[in-house]
Amino acid sequence: MNVLNILKVAMRSLGRNKLRSFLTMLGIIIGVGAVIAMMAVGEGAQYNIQQQIASLGTNVLLVFPGSINQGGIRIGLGSRTSLTPGDLEAIQTQCPSVAAATAQVRTGAQIVFGEQNWGTSVLGANPSYFTIRSWPLSLGQYFTDADVRGATKVCVLGQTVVDNLFQGGNPVGATIRIKKMPFKVVGVLEPKGQSAQGSDQDDIIIAPYTTVQKKLMGVTFLGIIMVSAVSDQAMVDAQNQITELLRVRHKIQPWEDNDFTVRSQTEIANTAQATTQVLTILLASIASISLLVGGIGIMNIMLVSVTERTREIGIRMSIGARSRDILYQFLIEAVVLSMAGGALGVLIGIASSDIISALANWPTLVSPVSVGLAFLFAAAVGIFFGFYPARKAAILNPIDALRYE
Amino acid sequence: MSEQMSNLISVQHLIKVYQMGDVEVHALRGVSLEIFRGEFVAIMGASGSGKSTFMNIIGCLDVPTKGEYILDDIDVSRLDRDALAKIRNEKIGFVFQGFNLLPRTSALENVELPMFYNNVSSKARREKAMEALRVVGLEERWNHMPNQLSGGQQQRVAVARALVNNPSIILADEPTGNLDSRTSVEVMEIFQQLNHQGITIVLVTHEADIAQYAKRNVVFKDGRIKRDFAVEKRRTASEQLATMPAFADEDEEVIELNMTPEAKEQKERMR
Repeated sequence: MNVLNILKVAMRSLGRNKLRSFLTMLGIIIGVGAVIAMMAVGEGAQYNIQQQIASLGTNVLLVFPGSINQGGIRIGLGSRTSLTPGDLEAIQTQCPSVAAATAQVRTGAQIVFGEQNWGTSVLGANPSYFTIRSWPLSLGQYFTDADVRGATKVCVLGQTVVDNLFQGGNPVGATIRIKKMPFKVVGVLEPKGQSAQGSDQDDIIIAPYTTVQKKLMGVTFLGIIMVSAVSDQAMVDAQNQITELLRVRHKIQPWEDNDFTVRSQTEIANTAQATTQVLTILLASIASISLLVGGIGIMNIMLVSVTERTREIGIRMSIGARSRDILYQFLIEAVVLSMAGGALGVLIGIASSDIISALANWPTLVSPVSVGLAFLFAAAVGIFFGFYPARKAAILNPIDALRYE
Repeated sequence: MSEQMSNLISVQHLIKVYQMGDVEVHALRGVSLEIFRGEFVAIMGASGSGKSTFMNIIGCLDVPTKGEYILDDIDVSRLDRDALAKIRNEKIGFVFQGFNLLPRTSALENVELPMFYNNVSSKARREKAMEALRVVGLEERWNHMPNQLSGGQQQRVAVARALVNNPSIILADEPTGNLDSRTSVEVMEIFQQLNHQGITIVLVTHEADIAQYAKRNVVFKDGRIKRDFAVEKRRTASEQLATMPAFADEDEEVIELNMTPEAKEQKERMR
């Protein structure tokens, strides 16, 4: 019996029990649909992070106070106070691969303007911060290096802060109070949107780091030093130069660990990406359990079908069907069920990932790989779970099968 | 007619033992039989006499425990499952008591079925199946489902299916067991016709009058052949049909009444 004939026979016998065939397929439809939708959610998150890396710039390094152990970040990274303004200046002046560097000190504060108030975070930085992050202004101007040296009370506002304090008015030139101290607003930054971690990057006030250190926090150390390398290729050089420089400056003996850490933005983003990858795998494996359950459904129905059609099997055997003819007939029936279910499941999966992204405001990405994988997996489920019932049919004794009532 | 006198089936010392739990059942206790080409043999016996077991072995549905079976010069007693399936497909046509047609499958497709397993092209398949239906007088009903046919018609479709691969032998296992007396005779008429054209027929029956349509009777008892004789007063089905009242037309009307509108329409279109 050739494949085309077997296929025809399979389609006909499935067509005779339309509702049953559909319900059997439903398990596979839901399984494949779930796998595709879940992978779309996970891959959408990954895609988002990749976009963020691109927007952060690939040539950015961060110097944290504190050290990392092999295999992970020690608790307390960033809480040490080992980085000083002197380090910042040295990095700027003595590392040839470094294009620009800025300090970052961060504190939370309540901001008051007129009758409005707003809680946000205040970032202390150098003007080069705006260059490194390529963050343009929408209004006014940046503060200057002179402001940093003089620790003047000027600041630049993120769009979210402007929206909450000024309700559409022009904030440039206005004086706001941060921790009861008056600061003059010199500029407004263009909106940047959400970060890779999902926080609002525009909910921020940026002031000279010296001002934030002295006036707002009363400290002398730096939180983080952010550095941009002269090019993407100079990243490793920049990292080595900074490490060498800081080891000398901090008088670290050769057998001692660093009291600081230099990491690139890409590394940090990669960590986030690895997390979402785990998420994707987790979601997909939960979804594939439903595919497995669908397969068991196929096996169940095929077993019923073999029992119901024992006599038919006997007739076919008596007129010359070999064991493998019977085997293929039932196997192909199972595979047709699972592949048709798989095809419908692909459609359902694509549709539901669109719905998820519309309802949950979550980016989804249906990749051809996930569609192909889910479909192949469905076919494999059909073969795997169809084999046992088909084999059961194929090894029936023709005499017993013919006499079966 | 030297061809007609050659051996088609040669069975020597056939023994079949079934294991039923702890008990050994001796179904055949050494059966030897020769059947020649063109013969029409009725195998008779009470239930438990071993005639069904014999039939299954002759039909290559079962293998003997001991003994030799040569069909058409092939020793089939030691063939494996697939080889037996091939023999069944090419050399044997079965007709069963319960018709054993595939339900919800048209008469034509039922007749085509054996040809699915020896790769006949779909066009040739259709032609040969129509031809076989013509032989049993049902070519007009090729599109009917088994449940739209009377018992006699279903059995004729089964005969057409048995014929379609030009087998060496037709094996009929109680073919009239589910039929009334008139349709029984009609089916026997077809068998006699086919035999007249040279096809070897082996018929298993427990009805003495049905056995009278054959040329030779073999009686089984307790797993052995008890008697083997030529039928003296052979019945001729066509002659008997002429003397019998005709129910067939009435039968058809009843079937037509039970038909779905679509089936009726199909039937009209075919006329």
